[in-house]
Amino acid sequence: MTIGLGHYLAVGAMLFTLGILGIFLNRKNIIIILMSIELILLSVNINLVAFSTFLGDIVGQVFALLVLTVAAAEAAIGLAILVVYFRNRGSIAVEDVNLMKG
Amino acid sequence: MILPALFFYLFAGICVASAVMVVVSRNPVHSVLYLILAFVNASGLFVLMGAEFLAMMLIVVYVGAVAVLFLFVIMMLDVDFIELREGFIEYLPVGLVIGGIFLFELLLTVGFWVINPGVAKTITAAIPTNVSNTEALGLVLYTRYIHYFQLAGMVLLVAMIGAIVLTLRHKANVKRQDINVQNARTPDMAMALRKVASGQGLQDADAAEWVK
Repeated sequence: MTIGLGHYLAVGAMLFTLGILGIFLNRKNIIIILMSIELILLSVNINLVAFSTFLGDIVGQVFALLVLTVAAAEAAIGLAILVVYFRNRGSIAVEDVNLMKG
Repeated sequence: MILPALFFYLFAGICVASAVMVVVSRNPVHSVLYLILAFVNASGLFVLMGAEFLAMMLIVVYVGAVAVLFLFVIMMLDVDFIELREGFIEYLPVGLVIGGIFLFELLLTVGFWVINPGVAKTITAAIPTNVSNTEALGLVLYTRYIHYFQLAGMVLLVAMIGAIVLTLRHKANVKRQDINVQNARTPDMAMALRKVASGQGLQDADAAEWVK
């Protein structure tokens, strides 16, 4: 039983779905939503690296590195916004985030 | 031959299981710890695939920086997380349905596809066999993709400055050292000589401008 590209893609698909599911289930807790986004980006990385390995092209790993960078930047900015929001409102409930409408 | 498969199923199984726990965990701190477990196992998968450098990067960046950042924020914010969990059961059915459909479609795609034979001709930079993964990555990252690399650095710089600007708070009533003001201070500004008449003491009117 050799482990092929399909196996890794299946793992990536499961992680992606779990990330989507996490956004649905924890609609009020924005910290878990951010973690779900990290899971989604991780699954993207697994896909990129799997294709890179099985096609023998190293460019996929370069892209995975760039995705890693963006994920780190996104987490930092997201959490900074969260901290500022908590200072202003004293809560992080997503449903309260409607001040900016109109 | 059996060992790589065994390790693949070990890493993949723990990775997916801990991803489930990230989503359903009651305590966000536990969620972060399961997220770390998922990242570590994903980096094990990367090692199995031969991307050692990215595997180590995953541990350094995600476990060392991102997950710890999450942990800091969760512990810093005084939030009632039980209250935030309301509606979990309410959203469970629709979430499961959508997630199930999504997973079904993805697995269907994964199951029924073939690589176009022409792809082998379009490979940009083949993985060299005589150098390590780190060196091979560096050989393309610093030459062909140098601009992407620099752009990634700019993204990180902007994120760093943005995070600092967002969270920096200037309190008005906190005294801070101002070196320029200290250096510009002269004896005239710091002291004044007054003749004090005997028996009367120093009058308010005699005080220097900076005392008032």
